[in-house]
Amino acid sequence: MTAQAHQTAQIKPSTGAQFSRIHGVGGYRPVRVIPNSEVLNWIESSDEWIRTRSGITERRWAGPEETVAEMSVQAASKAIAMAGIAPEQVGGVIVATVSHLKQTPAIATEIAQRLGCGTAPAFDISAACAGFGYGLSLADGMVRGGSAEYVVVIGVERLSDLTDIHDRSTAFIFGDGAGAAVVGPSDTPGIGKVVWGSDGSQADVISQTAAWDTAFAKPDAVNGAGEETKWPALRMEGQTVFRWAVWDMAKAAQQALDAAGITADQLGAFIPHQANMRIIDAMIKALKLPESVPVARDIAETGNTSAASIPLAMERMLQSGEAKSGDLALIIGFGAGLVYAAAVVTLP
Amino acid sequence: MATQEEILEGLAEIVNEIAGIPAEDVQLDKSFTDDLDVDSLSMVEVVVAAEERFDVKIPDDEVKNLKTVGDAVNYIVANS
Repeated sequence: MTAQAHQTAQIKPSTGAQFSRIHGVGGYRPVRVIPNSEVLNWIESSDEWIRTRSGITERRWAGPEETVAEMSVQAASKAIAMAGIAPEQVGGVIVATVSHLKQTPAIATEIAQRLGCGTAPAFDISAACAGFGYGLSLADGMVRGGSAEYVVVIGVERLSDLTDIHDRSTAFIFGDGAGAAVVGPSDTPGIGKVVWGSDGSQADVISQTAAWDTAFAKPDAVNGAGEETKWPALRMEGQTVFRWAVWDMAKAAQQALDAAGITADQLGAFIPHQANMRIIDAMIKALKLPESVPVARDIAETGNTSAASIPLAMERMLQSGEAKSGDLALIIGFGAGLVYAAAVVTLP
Repeated sequence: MATQEEILEGLAEIVNEIAGIPAEDVQLDKSFTDDLDVDSLSMVEVVVAAEERFDVKIPDDEVKNLKTVGDAVNYIVANS
């Protein structure tokens, strides 16, 4: 081969589908229901206080058998069935979670194997409550870039494992569950530009109380001499998060609408991350969302399930008939990082 | 720049809209939490709305010090 040939050799381009969309969605809700009355065994509060501050009446907590993998497989199986594809057609499995407590290997590989997805690439991502949107953006790129025909995006959490039940600012908020979506090729655009980002200057606003090495190698550093090792938990500065969520996130949601060329009155659903009912209500006001647009309020019975909240809420709205297949939905996730991701999608 | 009266009037409108409290009850000596029953999250909404309306920055650390309507008015007068 001549030097000339070296210079002109070109990599064959990888091409995928022109557009992508969500083909199926599925959820898994743990069996055990924790009503506010049970939370009141652990914190000094009242049912009314919890409801007025968060809109939460009950949440689901996973039992020992309802592992991150098990809940994910249940949710993704439903999404794959709804998509009407065979598991072997799945060319990628993305699992968004912050509560799979065994770091290595990624839980996604076990999930992919149990789903019957063969040797599909499988990996975990950590983007907290924006995890589903981050996964959706990756999946959209994979499908359109030609590295996968179908991609399963799973948001799954066992936040009860990271809840300090005696912390009265967070004990009532978190829940467990899994939600999944199948992203695949489409003749028309079904996933608008994902408006996403991060703000590391606010990394401390929502975080785990201690790193695992700190908590276990030097327990005194966290708890004081002589005390037992304290299991790390999630903590947050509620008012700072509230302000950021209501103000900055309404702007990100508007940017996602603008990027998709859609106006709020054209939406068939608004599905924000189910962080807090008050945040949802305030975002509706900030966005000037028309009253005709149905809004996901799954948090009332599910609590805040981080990465799982958007697909769980999406499934509920479709099942209840509040929203229907083909409707345009504005989704926005936001949380620890701080991170966020918003997009307009066509509902499956 | 807005006068103290104008700021009080604007703040009363904001508190009315967000917390449903009659605007005439929003007086300088009233405590947001004790007298007007504005909870912490509503207070954040009030602050964000006030920032927008009066073109002023009210950091989270400062919000804690705004106990009464008068505290808020004075802060806005001094910083807008």
